[in-house]
Amino acid sequence: MTDNITPHQDTAPGQEPAKGAVVLEVRDLSVDFGVDKKWVPAAIGLNYEVRAGEVLAIVGESGSGKSASSMALLGLLPSNSRVSGSVRLSGKELLGASAANIREVRGKDVAVIFQEPMTALNPVYTVGAQIVETVRLHNEVSPEQAKERALRMLELVELPDPEKAFKSYPHQLSGGQRQRAMIAQSLSCDPKLLIADEPTTALDVTVQAEILDLMRNLRNKLDSAIVLITHDMGVVADLADRIAVMRRGLIVETGTAEQVFRNPRHEYTQALLAAVPHLGQGGAEHGEEVDVTAALAAATHAELESVEHDELVRRERENAAALAAAAAERPQGEPVLELTDVAIEYPKQGRVPAFRAVEGANLVIYPGQVVGLVGESGSGKTTIGRAAVGLLPVAAGTMRVVGQDISAAKKNGRQLHHVRRHIGMVFQDPSSSLNPRLPIGESIGEPMFLAGEAKGSGLQKRIEALLDQVELPRSYRNRYPHELSGGQKQRVGIARALSLKPKLMVADEPTSALDVSVQAKVLELFQNLQKDLGFACLFVTHDLAVVDVLADRICVMQRGRIVEQGTRDQILRNPQEPYTQRLLAAVPLPDPEKQRERRELRAQLLASGVE
Amino acid sequence: MIQYILRRLLQIIPVFIGTTLLVYFMVFALPGDPIRALFGDRPPSEAVIAQLRQQYNLDQPFWVQYGLFLKNLFTFNLGVDFTGQPIAASLGRIFPVTVMLAVEALIIQTVFGVTFGLIAGLRKGKFFDATVLVASLVVIAIPTFVLGFVLQLLIGVQLGWAKPTVGANADWGNLILPATVLGLVSFAYVLRLTRASVVENMNADYVRTATAKGLSRPRVVVTHILRNSMIPVITYLGASLGGLMGGAIVTESIFNVPGVGQKLFQAVIRSEGPTVVAIVSVLVLVFVIANLLVDLLYAWLDPRIRYEN
Repeated sequence: MTDNITPHQDTAPGQEPAKGAVVLEVRDLSVDFGVDKKWVPAAIGLNYEVRAGEVLAIVGESGSGKSASSMALLGLLPSNSRVSGSVRLSGKELLGASAANIREVRGKDVAVIFQEPMTALNPVYTVGAQIVETVRLHNEVSPEQAKERALRMLELVELPDPEKAFKSYPHQLSGGQRQRAMIAQSLSCDPKLLIADEPTTALDVTVQAEILDLMRNLRNKLDSAIVLITHDMGVVADLADRIAVMRRGLIVETGTAEQVFRNPRHEYTQALLAAVPHLGQGGAEHGEEVDVTAALAAATHAELESVEHDELVRRERENAAALAAAAAERPQGEPVLELTDVAIEYPKQGRVPAFRAVEGANLVIYPGQVVGLVGESGSGKTTIGRAAVGLLPVAAGTMRVVGQDISAAKKNGRQLHHVRRHIGMVFQDPSSSLNPRLPIGESIGEPMFLAGEAKGSGLQKRIEALLDQVELPRSYRNRYPHELSGGQKQRVGIARALSLKPKLMVADEPTSALDVSVQAKVLELFQNLQKDLGFACLFVTHDLAVVDVLADRICVMQRGRIVEQGTRDQILRNPQEPYTQRLLAAVPLPDPEKQRERRELRAQLLASGVE
Repeated sequence: MIQYILRRLLQIIPVFIGTTLLVYFMVFALPGDPIRALFGDRPPSEAVIAQLRQQYNLDQPFWVQYGLFLKNLFTFNLGVDFTGQPIAASLGRIFPVTVMLAVEALIIQTVFGVTFGLIAGLRKGKFFDATVLVASLVVIAIPTFVLGFVLQLLIGVQLGWAKPTVGANADWGNLILPATVLGLVSFAYVLRLTRASVVENMNADYVRTATAKGLSRPRVVVTHILRNSMIPVITYLGASLGGLMGGAIVTESIFNVPGVGQKLFQAVIRSEGPTVVAIVSVLVLVFVIANLLVDLLYAWLDPRIRYEN
């Protein structure tokens, strides 16, 4: 077993493409899937190569074939697939190699990191057992040596307590720790090539930033070639040396990261980059772009190596001037939603005690205002959204919705029934929030029918009008949810939420399940509708960039508390709370250069011991 | 953990009292006079009947009868049945036979059910899978007594591969035919459950990870797919053990097995309250303990399960 992982100090962030030996050479790679006795192409004639110490990002939206083509490298596709072309690993042909030979390569020469660390590790074995299994499979070592090796790998991926992680089952680790364990397993046999399939998609931004840091460090330490498969342009900007953009099975553009971001040649790449919400570049009506880096640097009094001192000062001044000039908040009318010292509990169930998910929350939404509620998983943001609709009881404090105090309202009582008529709700997963057995017209019309607002032909007219509003053809009313795409389903969800002309809309991560280009369109629609109809909105999301596009005000939540709130300009240009700063610093920007500045800034933030 | 087991064991008490009370009442409420029925066509003198009634406490009201039964039970005195034999002794004779029968059936259904289910699951949609699914449906659809008689006739009598009846000296060898019949229905369920579970786990991400690690197919199947697929199957097996022990009445009658089922049947016919309740009590204990063991096994198989204290 060669040991080239002796940790040495991280070299300076080398962005110029490394000139190692070619590790992976892909020629004319095509993948087809057999569907209903026909071959449907998933990837067509791909050509690319990856060198040692280089990160190639394969970018594309769902269905672009980026995952399928990468799984084909190792023969990991289901049996209804057909692969042709040539895949050479250090000169050795992998396609058509015998099953035994390909097994030799898997895990040893080529390792894979999967998207969902929760499901990608077997839940019934300890992390240690799974790494030991890999080590012993490819190396003639005793169990003790294998264990030692596994512990060293867990240390390498910077798990705080490797001994404990070794003995833990996957569910006992947090999402980020699980992904670290997964990476440790992948690296345990010193692979020449690492395929990372959406390695950070399932993680919170701050955790994502940590994993990206880790991968960058490892790349520098190990000199492996990395194929990074992702849909997230921010992640690409953070990690990639070269980029291949895929669409409908074809590579439409390749180039260095700088080239692709600075000067995208193919129109699809341009469209994709334009669709990515870019933190700081919220819609036109929000005024000019926010220089988040400068804002953070000013708020934390940081000095950056990658930016000249004078330049930074100039940018900080500009930021301060913009903040001063920013329009002050103009609350008008009676609040639509008002939380005063609210605590929300998940009621006790059997022996499981009640769980207080939100504590001491103060929040006001005025008519026509969009408030973005941002936080990571477990921060309590969704809980507030659900309580505002009366789906969870208020344990303490007062919650007023459309002028009525619902803190003491009975579950499913008349008061809530009345209040709910003024609230629309859009859910995260458009597929599971629509009844699969109802045509979408009926789903949209149901709230109006139940509320006694409309019947018969009047109801039909209203349904048609709503379909027009969300820009779906009227003929879709008789279709079933499974006949619609994800974005179309979410449009139906919005139409249903709008059907009773709500004063308040509660949107819970409505776009996080969608591809970026679809997300961009849905967000645009949402913005237009909000402007036309003037409803107030509580927009719950984990994505600061999305909030930036939509929200007038931003509330940041952490561990059940609202830690900071203010107008968009206050939060983005002058974040005060350490957590807000950390969150802002963690969002990757789809721009390699900005991302480099931000990385430095983030390292300083973390080094200064900000918790 | 210990606390959890203790709590579960304490739960046996109300379950035990509830079931015995219910069964005792049902036997009590059976129409007809058990003492008179004992003597068939030649009725004895009223004095004898009265004496027997007193001996078996049948002249007492229900609650007193039940109370006396409980008292005897806790002093480990199960009394005698209507033929004058001590009930404890006959329980000691019949239970080992039934336990043997049930365990043999359990082994048969597990080994064959899991094996066929695994293969069918791995070959989902192929010929083997389709055949096994149809065959298991047929097995589920045929009543036990039909299966029993057919197998007895075919294998026991015509082919002579196994003894068609068991008789007084039951052992592992001659119980094979009744155990097969007893296990067949559960076998079909075990098979289908295993198959469904394997099909679900086969496409799990961690199976893909295992393959990507370079594990050979057999190792992926055994250590990653099978192990994870056993979790729901184990639950079912535990629950079915109780059914195998108590529900063997038909099978035991067909193959003349001197076990619990037969005894229970006779006791019910004779309205012998004490015997019925004694047998049922033991069955309840077996059932509850089997379920406890399954729950513990479950936690061992699936570390995500934690017991609340």
